[in-house]
Amino acid sequence: MGTDPGTLAASVRSPDERDPAWPGRVTWLLASLVVLWPLLVLTEFRPWAMLDARSLHATARFLAGFAPPALDADFLRTVAQQTWRTVAIATAGVSLALLLAAPLALISTAALSISSLSGRMATLPFVVRQAARGLMVALRTVPELVWALVFVRVVGLGPTSGVLAIGLTYGGMLGKVFAEIMESSDAHPTRTLLTNGGGRLQAFFYGLLPQAAPELTSYTIYRWECAIRSSVVLGFVGAGGLGQQMASSLSMLAGNEVATMLLVFIGLVSLADGASAWLRGLLR
Amino acid sequence: MSAKPHALERLPYRLIALRARAGWALLITLALVVASFWSLDLQWSAFWSHDSMVAMARFAGEFFPPDVSPAFVQKVAQATAETFAMSAVGTLLAALFGLLLALPAARTHAGALWRVPTRLLLNALRAVPELVWASLMLIAAGLGPMAGTLALTLHTTGVLGRLFAEAIENAPPGPAFALRAQGARPAQILLYATLPQVAPQLLSYTLYRWENNIRAASILGVVGAGGLGQLLSYHLGLFQMGRTATVLLATLALVLAVDTTSYFTRRAMTR
Repeated sequence: MGTDPGTLAASVRSPDERDPAWPGRVTWLLASLVVLWPLLVLTEFRPWAMLDARSLHATARFLAGFAPPALDADFLRTVAQQTWRTVAIATAGVSLALLLAAPLALISTAALSISSLSGRMATLPFVVRQAARGLMVALRTVPELVWALVFVRVVGLGPTSGVLAIGLTYGGMLGKVFAEIMESSDAHPTRTLLTNGGGRLQAFFYGLLPQAAPELTSYTIYRWECAIRSSVVLGFVGAGGLGQQMASSLSMLAGNEVATMLLVFIGLVSLADGASAWLRGLLR
Repeated sequence: MSAKPHALERLPYRLIALRARAGWALLITLALVVASFWSLDLQWSAFWSHDSMVAMARFAGEFFPPDVSPAFVQKVAQATAETFAMSAVGTLLAALFGLLLALPAARTHAGALWRVPTRLLLNALRAVPELVWASLMLIAAGLGPMAGTLALTLHTTGVLGRLFAEAIENAPPGPAFALRAQGARPAQILLYATLPQVAPQLLSYTLYRWENNIRAASILGVVGAGGLGQLLSYHLGLFQMGRTATVLLATLALVLAVDTTSYFTRRAMTR
């Protein structure tokens, strides 16, 4: 690069060619380094530790095990089974979440408030709506992995805790977003139905749902895709599926099995990604 | 649903096809849900049984009172700071690597020779969740927060790299074209035309991922990668429920703080 006349000239530029913003840039760079330093200390960030002979050796041995991936029929059958379990846990979890989210969204959405048609929402409905919202906040604030850890203690290892964990966390997320989608759709048909004496459910089915259905479905499909990813992760704490298999292969340092599962996993996630994008494209 | 002869009018045909498609989608979804519940050996009866209800109540009761002895609270505070630092460093490194990988992945800056393998790499990085990366990183980096930081970096690089590439591709081409017409080199075009245009978008993507990563960092420790998760799984494993409760409270406080901050920041920015 030294022979490049452009680079050479850059160091001896005349003042009017210099970057006019350089003092600011240098200041920000130095300031961010000062802020970053304690963070690096806190995270014990020492990449060179990975380069010492012992840890390099362990890494190399583990990575060398990756090729060739484990492809014997028995193991592939197990992986196929676990893959289905992963998908099934995600699907069952999202179904459960829908059962939880639909009523919570209906209760909490302000779009179906009768009292707010004439000015402000009355006190009791306001309190009930806030309570439903609070419940959803509580459900989705606890990470699903923590729910799973807790449920594994109560119901034991197996898919039940995974399904429950996804059901609770995703119930809170779906309910919140469902309520928001309904509030952001055109309020006119719903209000007309409500002012003419329609019930809340009637107003929902004939006023809100027809408008909001594509968006609601699309968001649910997107969350299903996320749930597949979570369901792999939940396996690590014993909730069944690919994650559990992966954790056990990892603890035995069986690199070839890990390699197979990583490939299956990347395939599964891109498949879910594609399926979800395709289905959501249909709805548009 | 093969193509009908064109004697049929266009409108009814599309309507029928649309309904048929919706019907099929519904049927497949239902089949998937039924098959899922049927194939998993879910122990609902055991879960709703009296015994397990009692066990759950007792379990929940053991969380109280949380351990608030100063020594332990200090330990939890340290772990919270560690979680925060993991997320910050992980996101920052990911933004850096994401930008480096986004350039060859963007159509505007590279040919297919570079683009295809880079996109594959980004997809693979993105498809593997943080926790799986963390458990892989434990072997190379050992127990502790560095494994978690690296795991966050790897996954987030995949996510941000793709988003950055899309942002760069969608940047208005005018300024880049003007510089090119003046004879500027590719690096100069990048630094003075493309990057300044997309910088706000890149920054907002990075902040959004940071928000996600604080949540992720708080659970990565479950596999031994440092932070609050490590304390959580340690004390839960020893059935020290009072201490577990403190860690859980700290996790919830961290997540809530992040959510509220981002909510108010967004609202302030959109207003």
